[in-house]
Amino acid sequence: MEIWHFITQNWRELITLFGEHAYIVGIAIIIAIFTGVPIGIWISFNKKAAEIVLYIAGIIMTVPSIALFGIMIPVLSIFGHGIGSVPAVVALVLYAQLPIIRNTYAAIKNVNPNIIDAGVGMGMTRSQVLLKVQLPMALSIIFAGVRVAVVMSIGIGAIAAYIGAGGLGHYIFMGINQTYDAMIKVGAISVAIMAIGVDYIFGLIENRLVSKGLRLS
Amino acid sequence: MITFERVSKIYPGTNIPAIDNVRFEVPEGEICVIIGPSGCGKTTLMRMINRLIPITSGVISIKGQNVSEMDVIKLRRSIGYAIQQIGLFPHMTVYDNIATVPRLLKWDKQRIAARVDELLSLVGLEPDIFRFRYPRELSGGQAQRIGVVRALATDPPVMLMDEPFGAIDPINREVLQDEFLRIQEKVKKTIIFVTHDIHEAIKMGDKIALLETGRLVQYDTPEGLLVNPKNRFVKDFVGADRALKRLDLLKVKDAMMQNPVHCHMEDDAEVVSQHMLENELTFLLVADQNEKLHGYVNHYELKGHHGKVKDLVRPMTITVKPEQNLKDALSKMLSYDIGIVVVVDDDGKLLGVLNTRTLLSVVGETYDERGGVWGKITSRGRI
Ligand SMILES: Nc1ncnc2c1ncn2[C@@H]1O[C@H](COP(=O)(O)OP(=O)(O)OP(=O)(O)O)[C@@H](O)[C@H]1O
Ligand SMILES: [Mg+2]
Repeated sequence: MEIWHFITQNWRELITLFGEHAYIVGIAIIIAIFTGVPIGIWISFNKKAAEIVLYIAGIIMTVPSIALFGIMIPVLSIFGHGIGSVPAVVALVLYAQLPIIRNTYAAIKNVNPNIIDAGVGMGMTRSQVLLKVQLPMALSIIFAGVRVAVVMSIGIGAIAAYIGAGGLGHYIFMGINQTYDAMIKVGAISVAIMAIGVDYIFGLIENRLVSKGLRLS
Repeated sequence: MITFERVSKIYPGTNIPAIDNVRFEVPEGEICVIIGPSGCGKTTLMRMINRLIPITSGVISIKGQNVSEMDVIKLRRSIGYAIQQIGLFPHMTVYDNIATVPRLLKWDKQRIAARVDELLSLVGLEPDIFRFRYPRELSGGQAQRIGVVRALATDPPVMLMDEPFGAIDPINREVLQDEFLRIQEKVKKTIIFVTHDIHEAIKMGDKIALLETGRLVQYDTPEGLLVNPKNRFVKDFVGADRALKRLDLLKVKDAMMQNPVHCHMEDDAEVVSQHMLENELTFLLVADQNEKLHGYVNHYELKGHHGKVKDLVRPMTITVKPEQNLKDALSKMLSYDIGIVVVVDDDGKLLGVLNTRTLLSVVGETYDERGGVWGKITSRGRI
């Protein structure tokens, strides 16, 4: 009831924070997809690069998120963006890379070589094989990586408030400081709802994009 | 049409050639089966034709044109390529699978749609039912048919097929082979067909190229391979039962006794009965004026009958066609436990009879390895 009361009192602010959160995470995910997928494809053709890239991405994942946000501040303050949404987006992009790159790489690698052989043998060029055979067949695993990245980014995005980027994390940190229970709960629940909702939407998109022929009966 | 001139392949990092100085020529419109034990280089040899594997030395040419000098993408699009069932694109419908090469060649939509329907009908798959199915919704045999017609889509003059029926159970494989041979009758492609099944090779091949560790041991017709195996290896490879395998090759018309004794429907029963008695015939075939088979009569029923033969004729249910192979005829005779089977054409016209003795004598012509004939063997016991 206390939560309900809080929401009715602060719904304008809640919507603003929700929007900020979605904005930061959304930008980060879009950038992460448009960099992670091509990187994943590229390293699937280049064994040496694959080892290096996956290694680096693995290391980034092991850095605690709050520390990564902290690191962003001095690095990006060189460009005058030490705090605010820019370092938050950069940190989230870095985090989201690993699941996207790793899944893209694994999915492309996993396409049955006989099927690729059929495509090459029938006279497809390398890019036709990639676009018409490998990517469509890899799509559902790539999507799984993207969904992991999205859910993770929404969660980690809460920490962005710590470096002044706003978002739902604002309620969580403020709530902790003021020991204001309802505020913490509203912040946390909103993050969870956003994560579940976005994951669901991505599920729908996936269902539309991935060929019915690849679904298990 | 397809010529191999001193073709060799040495894989990087190995020193034994996978293909060693192979030369032969596949005439236009023929099926050339490449066969040999596992690892002998069948796949390697085939894949050098469409340059999926680069050649080490020698020349492969199609219609006199060296494939190494052709644009590799154009070359591949001009050659039908079928591999095991797994080669269908699982994310594409049957339609899209078949349309692959036509689309690469920028055919317009209507032409593709018409071609897909035509090809599906060719292999007995109703287009309205199968057009938009995915490979996982097909049986093994259906998927295999799609694999074959996909290779035929743009009507290429040359086709490469690597164990196209390999994943199919023996019974369905026979069906697919027959169907494919029927199609080949019409389309007359020049086909390189890889298999490790000697039965399949004998059945499908106009010529067979037998490889042993990268070398071409014998290049011959199936008949030649069975009758004149070049050496021990070939002999062992085609198998000790090679005389039996000839049953696959020979047609009923090659072995049947022509113009068998028979009577007509309108003949007088007493006359026929008398004739049967004199010639010690227990049964007699009955035809009409047009020599169409109607059945048979037996002497026991016929004797003493006043009237026409047709009053007593019994139907003949088990017959064979002249174009069937002897193996099918023999298996029919064995499964119905009959010592004789009548040969009729598609209109039911009486052409001949086949009995176990004529059948075996045809096979036996080449069977005795000592080259001699035993002569007449009687049942007189010890001499
Ligand atoms: N990429 C490769 N690198 C090195 N050696 C290879 C390569 N591919 C094939 N070989 C070797 O070349 C030989 C011929 O192989 P190939 O695949 O042509 O045999 P095959 O007759 O098709 O056998 P199977 O009946 O088992 O399919 C084999 O000894 C094989 O080990
Ligand atoms: Mg092989």
